[in-house]
Amino acid sequence: MSLRRPAKDQPESFEFNASSLEAANVIVAKYPEGKQQSAVMALLYIAQKQNNNWIPLAAMKYIAKFLDMPYIKVYEVATFYTMYNLAPVGKYFVQVCTTTPCMIRGANQLVEACKEKISENECELSNDKSCSWMEVECLGACVNAPMMQINDDYYEDLDKQKTLDILDKILNGETPKPGSYRGRVNNEPENNRKTLMDLKNA
Amino acid sequence: MLKDQDRIFQNLYNDKGSDVSSSQERGDWVNTKEITDKGRDWIINEIKESQLRGRGGAGFPTGLKWSFAPKEVGSRPHYLVINGDESEPGTCKDRDILRFEPHKLIEGCLIASYAVQAHVCYIYIRGEYFVDGQKLQAAIDEAYEKKLLGKNAAGTGWDLDIYIHYGAGAYICGEETALLESLEGKKGQPRLKPPFPALIGLYGCPTIINNVETIAVVPTILRRGAKWFASLGREKNTGTKIFCISGNVNNPCNVEEEMSIPLKELIEVHAGGVIGGWENLQAVIPGGSSMPLIPKERCETLKMDFDACVEEKSGLGTAGIVVINKDQDIIKCMARIARFYKHESCGQCTPCREGSGWMWRMLERMAKGDATKDEVDMLGDVTNQIAGHTICAFGEGSSWPVQGLLRHFKKEIEKRNNLDPIVQKKNNIPYLVDQHLLDKKNA
Repeated sequence: MSLRRPAKDQPESFEFNASSLEAANVIVAKYPEGKQQSAVMALLYIAQKQNNNWIPLAAMKYIAKFLDMPYIKVYEVATFYTMYNLAPVGKYFVQVCTTTPCMIRGANQLVEACKEKISENECELSNDKSCSWMEVECLGACVNAPMMQINDDYYEDLDKQKTLDILDKILNGETPKPGSYRGRVNNEPENNRKTLMDLKNA
Repeated sequence: MLKDQDRIFQNLYNDKGSDVSSSQERGDWVNTKEITDKGRDWIINEIKESQLRGRGGAGFPTGLKWSFAPKEVGSRPHYLVINGDESEPGTCKDRDILRFEPHKLIEGCLIASYAVQAHVCYIYIRGEYFVDGQKLQAAIDEAYEKKLLGKNAAGTGWDLDIYIHYGAGAYICGEETALLESLEGKKGQPRLKPPFPALIGLYGCPTIINNVETIAVVPTILRRGAKWFASLGREKNTGTKIFCISGNVNNPCNVEEEMSIPLKELIEVHAGGVIGGWENLQAVIPGGSSMPLIPKERCETLKMDFDACVEEKSGLGTAGIVVINKDQDIIKCMARIARFYKHESCGQCTPCREGSGWMWRMLERMAKGDATKDEVDMLGDVTNQIAGHTICAFGEGSSWPVQGLLRHFKKEIEKRNNLDPIVQKKNNIPYLVDQHLLDKKNA
């Protein structure tokens, strides 16, 4: 299990803004009547997005009231799933996959690059407070290893230099292009494709 | 090598685009009504005859699973749930289906929902695949627009609504009952079985749960016939499969191939060979991290299908092949997998919650050579205390890779770790943990 603790400094209150409220109502309508608790995961995402990428306790209380469920159940969900940030993270949130398939392709170099550019320890904000990084478990892009995720986007087929370049860009406030950084198309075998060639050449 | 016309996922590399019209050119949505008009029994029978086995890891026959759904809809509605919580290290096939072949999946959902009499289908996608989920959502929206979903979907007379539900980074939610818990808005902790989800599943209603790939191949099987599908591969291991080849190979890739293809052919032909040549191969994990590794000698002749892998005391799992060459420290690789399982254990059952961390810490020490001689057997003992003593299969999944390491690389571990045990003589007092203290005088 992973150990997860809410941040010490918590805001007093939280409320959905108009656009969040609209998104939340759309989500709740997806589930059968009386089963609105199912929407809790999606609502936590909405709260996280509204609140600079992390979820304060006040938001959990608000969602509990919104869905008419006990606060402790929302707290349970928020602390169980690792994608809910319980403490502030950077505007650019870098997640480096270091599980075995990435590890054997050199994921430690990506970690080194993050240490050089962002912060010495994971889950710490960079000097300008715009960026933080952490090691995560398998992100499910193993044939594009080593890779990392920045906010919603995947950056694949990296090495140390390419990672440094990407991090430079985000520290300058730019958004680098997601996808493979060796120029290959999706998950095809690079320069060695032997299947579906008619479609490729068509 | 499989002929191109026998490949189900023609757009695996996104050569043609994933919208409705280009999908229709590839044969999706062409005669959905004709298929459903043949009736539920015909569909389920055809899937049974095709011998399609679930692509999510366990390899359960899909037709049989569908036949478990109650024949008549009672007071509780039926649900179809698609498992797209692809988190097994080494596996990334569902992601390509979600982003490049969404209409195969959506059409499969319609046919499967019709077969098990569900009017609502939830697709559970892992939270990290947010961008790919958005692409699927766009495809679903397009399908609604073209009246392929909703009321009288695709003219079949069947009403179907599809909703996407995002996970939030929990590997355990790939276990079907944990997935249901998560869908209900709870912690993803697996349920005891029985009752099986086919009778009591989501919201206590009959629920059929299938992997993304399983559902996505269904329309093609029904179009081209069970005989065609069964003619590929071998008895009970039929059809095609997307293999994900990662790790120390020259061209890591996803490729759709026939079942029972030799592992060596997959690596040499499609993935461009092992880095440093075949002789540099150390071991292969054949089906995602929870399957025991297979050493080089056995890889020469191994055929990639469910039964052949079981004969090698491993499993096909999700067909996520991780190739490890001799430049890697095999103990370190397995220690990292153990860390993954320690991190992802849901914490419900004590043997798994405590044991997964125990295995990780022991393996980390063994990788450094800090373990004592007797700990090698102790590690084997720990794995046996976990496997089979938990609610779900995570217990097996976390201990099998360690057992595989001990089975094939025990000598390597023993060579590195030759410290003398702390307990010198066997006092054999059961339940006394600190037996080594008895060795000291005045203890």
